[in-house]
Amino acid sequence: MGSLLTQAFTGLGIGATLLLIALGLTFTFGQMNVINMAHGEFIMAGAYTAYMLQGSFGRETSLLVSLPVAFVIAGALGVALETVLIRRMYGRPLDTLLVTWGVSLMLQQLARDLFGAANVQVLTPSWLVGGVHVAGVDMPYARLFIMALVAAAVAGIWVYMTYLPQGRRMRAVMQNRQLAACSGIPTARVDRRTFFIGSGLAGVAGVALTQLGSVGPTLGTNYIVDAFLVVVVGGLGQIRGAIIAAIALGVLDAYVEWGTSASFAKVVVFVAIVAFLQARPQGLFVLKTRALT
Amino acid sequence: MKHRRYELLPVALLCVLALVASACGKKATTSTGATPTGTASGGGSGAMPGVVGAIIKVGDLHSLSGTMAISEVAVKNAELLAIDEVNAAGGVLGKQLQVVTQDGASDWPTFAEKAKQLITVDKVATVFGGWTSASRKAMLPVFEQYKGLLWYPVQYEGLESSPDIYYTGATTNQQIIPGLEYLKAQGKTKLFLLGSDYVFPRTANKEIKAYAAANGMTIVDEQYTPLGSTEFGTLVNKIAADKPDAVFNTLNGDSNVAFFKQLKGAGITPQQMPVLSVSIAEQEVAGIGIQNIVGQLTAWNYYQTTNTPENAKFVAAYKAKYGANQTVDDPMEAGYTAVHLWAMAANKAQSTDVAAVRAAAAGLTFAAPEGTVTIDGPTQHLYKTARIGVIGADGLITEVSSSPQPIKPDPYLKSYTWWKG
Repeated sequence: MGSLLTQAFTGLGIGATLLLIALGLTFTFGQMNVINMAHGEFIMAGAYTAYMLQGSFGRETSLLVSLPVAFVIAGALGVALETVLIRRMYGRPLDTLLVTWGVSLMLQQLARDLFGAANVQVLTPSWLVGGVHVAGVDMPYARLFIMALVAAAVAGIWVYMTYLPQGRRMRAVMQNRQLAACSGIPTARVDRRTFFIGSGLAGVAGVALTQLGSVGPTLGTNYIVDAFLVVVVGGLGQIRGAIIAAIALGVLDAYVEWGTSASFAKVVVFVAIVAFLQARPQGLFVLKTRALT
Repeated sequence: MKHRRYELLPVALLCVLALVASACGKKATTSTGATPTGTASGGGSGAMPGVVGAIIKVGDLHSLSGTMAISEVAVKNAELLAIDEVNAAGGVLGKQLQVVTQDGASDWPTFAEKAKQLITVDKVATVFGGWTSASRKAMLPVFEQYKGLLWYPVQYEGLESSPDIYYTGATTNQQIIPGLEYLKAQGKTKLFLLGSDYVFPRTANKEIKAYAAANGMTIVDEQYTPLGSTEFGTLVNKIAADKPDAVFNTLNGDSNVAFFKQLKGAGITPQQMPVLSVSIAEQEVAGIGIQNIVGQLTAWNYYQTTNTPENAKFVAAYKAKYGANQTVDDPMEAGYTAVHLWAMAANKAQSTDVAAVRAAAAGLTFAAPEGTVTIDGPTQHLYKTARIGVIGADGLITEVSSSPQPIKPDPYLKSYTWWKG
């Protein structure tokens, strides 16, 4: 019984991590149909931001300061990528995929030249060391922090998309680009903003991941596949789809691994995804639109 | 038309997965039309491999890019330092060594291709290289086919002995078995085996299980995670539920970082349950975060703190060449030792011919930073001293136990009655 509960929490923790790395991708891949292979490197940029800032802000506060800074830095990288390359190849997903993959290799090498090939150390603030013990379940603070962070990010996105004019314009462009353009919405600017937010969220994820995994030039490649899987299973551009998909995959992984092994759990999760996409190729939720495209 | 946007998805997803799976894909090598003549023999006559006028070409083949670059670049640096030292001391056969560096790119077929290129096109006298067992297994047939000579500097799972490879890292009975003996002496008899899912951890764990069965130790669980895995929530829960006395860790690469961070997050301390690792050396400690791993155990043959005059010289020379904040570790020391051993053997043989070097190498002794090492002729491994260490708050590893004298290499564990490989 105790282990069942523990695994439920672990599954939620894995799900929250998956959701955090996939949130940014629901914007760039899901809403703009851009396969950005450099997304993982934006996560890496966020992680290195946390590494750089710990020198100036100290162990206790630098992680919190890093969150907004990483959002801006990764977002700016995203806008640069969108302006210089991606804008020129909208509607050509495979070209975009190859080009952004090249960019991702360049960014990895850049990180290697700037920070060295070895993993770097990001200190854990003392308020994230350890965990709480509730009803027989160990809850590490690092996991709780990521859950809180992802909840805040989802709430922020919801407010933005629902109540702010910029968010409504983003949804309009997503649902029907031509009609939105006809109505006077500057679609190019909206695209840039969407890319800024999507990439910025990757940066935020990078900061949080410094508490769970390695911080090195190849950090992004560890997470990019999982991020795409969550978005595809959730349905393109569907935040609620991504939430359900991430938690479902996380919990499935946690329980299967508990009963078997990590490698087998990975296989089961992949088979489940393939089977699910056979039955529902469009993912959990579908964008309802009357557009002709 | 409505579904058009989804048509590309399966294709795109496949591409994404394929590309990431081979993250740092193969680099095309120039086609090698050359035949292996000239390296195959020579017999001390005019055509010795690698000799071009007043220089001797030697190969260096490590991953300078990709996931293994973290570890292998440092080994390459140590080997280059040793080559500088050999050249400063007059070189080999009175000729200066010139290094041909190739990038294995963390990709095993690339290692094989580059090895072939080094032997047949660059015609080097010998090659220093490799890290993962997978890269060594990929290179082995190439070296055997073209009669090349490889010096492999990393501890490995044993059960191998090739006439074309010298193994300057530890084999099982010089690292893993001493580690187990240490745990047993400490009364840690309930072990949890954790490893990355590939040849080294699986073979090592087979040997550990045989040792445990013969020595009254119990294995509570044996778990593998995919190489590069970063999610250890469930595994840490399993460890907490199994309550072993100690964890024997054969994880490799980035997984170690995630594992120790998440183990620490779950509040499991080295005092309650030590983790003995065989793939974490000084180079990896900083990346894991000292706070996450302080107090944990390692098993190696050399630490930066090892107290020998040769080591003081080695550490000082390395820091002078590469910067005062650099650390050195066991595989780097083994790479450094390999270069010196090959130079000694070639000088003794008065030839770079592989057969002549092999004949001269048997029984050769070198005062290495780890202490005196001797080449065991039949197995082509080294006699090495085993050292158990504990990771300190400064990121360095301090020895807590060592074998009284260098241990004779026994890659096939023939001298152990419990092993029926």
